[in-house]
Amino acid sequence: MKDRNFWFVIASITVVFLVYWLLGHPYFVTERFIMLFSIVTLSATLLYYIRAAERGEEFYLRPIPALKAVEEAVGRSTEMGRPILYVPGIQDMDQVETVAGVVVLGHVAKMTARYETSLNVPVSRSIVMKAARESCREAYMVEGRPDMFNEDMVHYLTDDQFAYAAGVNGIMLREKPAACMYMGKFYAESLILAETGNSIGAIQIAGTASQAQIPFFVTACDYTLIGEEFFAASAYLSQKPELIGGVKGQDMIKLVVISVIVISAIIMTVYESTGIGFNIIKYLTIR
Amino acid sequence: MEFSTILGAWVAAFLTIGIFSYLYKDNPFYKAAEHLFVGVSAGYLLSLGFWTQLQPNLFGRLFPAKHYDPDTITYTIYNVLSFFSSSIFPEGGIDKGHDQHLTYLIPLALGVMMLLSLIPRFSWMARWGIAYVVGMAAGLKAYGYLNSNVLGQIKGTAVNLLDFSLPVFSLSSPSIFNNIIIFVGTICGLLYFYFSKEHKGLLGKASKIGIYFLMISFGASFGFAVMGRISLLIGRFTDLIKYSGSEYNYATFWVLFIIVGALGYAAYKEEDRGVIAPIDNLGSSTEEE
Repeated sequence: MKDRNFWFVIASITVVFLVYWLLGHPYFVTERFIMLFSIVTLSATLLYYIRAAERGEEFYLRPIPALKAVEEAVGRSTEMGRPILYVPGIQDMDQVETVAGVVVLGHVAKMTARYETSLNVPVSRSIVMKAARESCREAYMVEGRPDMFNEDMVHYLTDDQFAYAAGVNGIMLREKPAACMYMGKFYAESLILAETGNSIGAIQIAGTASQAQIPFFVTACDYTLIGEEFFAASAYLSQKPELIGGVKGQDMIKLVVISVIVISAIIMTVYESTGIGFNIIKYLTIR
Repeated sequence: MEFSTILGAWVAAFLTIGIFSYLYKDNPFYKAAEHLFVGVSAGYLLSLGFWTQLQPNLFGRLFPAKHYDPDTITYTIYNVLSFFSSSIFPEGGIDKGHDQHLTYLIPLALGVMMLLSLIPRFSWMARWGIAYVVGMAAGLKAYGYLNSNVLGQIKGTAVNLLDFSLPVFSLSSPSIFNNIIIFVGTICGLLYFYFSKEHKGLLGKASKIGIYFLMISFGASFGFAVMGRISLLIGRFTDLIKYSGSEYNYATFWVLFIIVGALGYAAYKEEDRGVIAPIDNLGSSTEEE
């Protein structure tokens, strides 16, 4: 009960909802109650831990080798005097992975500004180009090196998937970057990119939640951020309390989900074996 | 056969073999194919986007032919635009079967704001468009993801672990063993992504089992995708074989002969230069060191 304001708001919302429920809950779709409950629980858990982190509570985050390798890769590029190639996927900003990719790009840009290493970001969507440019511009400003930023470091190639892959391959072969980073949403071009990066001897770090593409990155890259690791990357790289609080909140949500799975499986086993209890699947189904 | 078809086959054979020549090394044929591919696709998709999205769905809803009335302000503006480009704004309004929705002025304004990034003074306006796209997508997808990825996963894992009506072991159909695998795999997989505690002891063991499950599924996915890629490769080879026939004037063979010949000659010349170069540069060898 450390966060009194938080618990006060939760209690107030609960009371208001109870009053509304007792008054006959007009316009409320009862079949979707489980969704409302899930959204409120998950949001409240995230908010609680973000507020806790902002208040100064410290949370431990286990090390992820791929994230440590990001700085290593920037350092290697600096030593070799070669650029870093950053590919933020082939999808638009409406994909959460692309958003995460652009956020991580901001951290990488900070490092390249610090180490005075050149950065090359070919993109396949116009809105991603604008967002990536803004992200890089801000990173160079924060590091006090606006002179090093130029808009052409983030440049558009094409929207077409394989034409984009061919274009990025060409850049790799001609510029020979020392490090290639693939962070975003990928499809069939993932192996084409990662294989080419491997053939030029670049250190490669990938991050994606595209389940079908993770195997290719695991095979061809030195380090791969798998799914959730990729989304937690910005918290690791920035060490901002609110982001670390968010990661802790997500961990607690995972524990809740595991608990619900175990309880649901027990209820289903008892219900189907003995007829005692109820069919929990019915309550988890949204109509 | 028509000349244009034969020419198309020659171009297709040249581009396919040009892209394949990358397997040898970066060369002018690959560069030509790559630049053509990137440039043509960018231009083609821009045109496609304009004529299939922007013109019918945006302008078609702002100036529909159904509500055409030259006396209104909207259609007065339309007629001015029509004077400049009658293909985009045809006379009498755009007939795509839409009703007039002036709410589409909002996406039009956001689009114009994105274009304003070309003017440094107004480039900040583009952020509004980006903010709209990101915010809208986050809100819209949160519900769907929660339903399919969280509740759906819980429902899929809430299985009867002691269902004796099922066989104990079966690979391709439901069985007690498969139910236990689903249950253990999901929980251990989730625990692998638990970041705020060191993976030691019981958690360490569970997360190790989780990563084994993940790697096995990645391996299966890898094999499946490789099969798909092989079928794509077969598709290209089928085309190349087709173009190697007499009706296409042996396009594949000729193109292959020209590209391999040119690359072989270039490699020979390069090697030749490589032998001579050190002799020529003997005097400046200390400088290079």
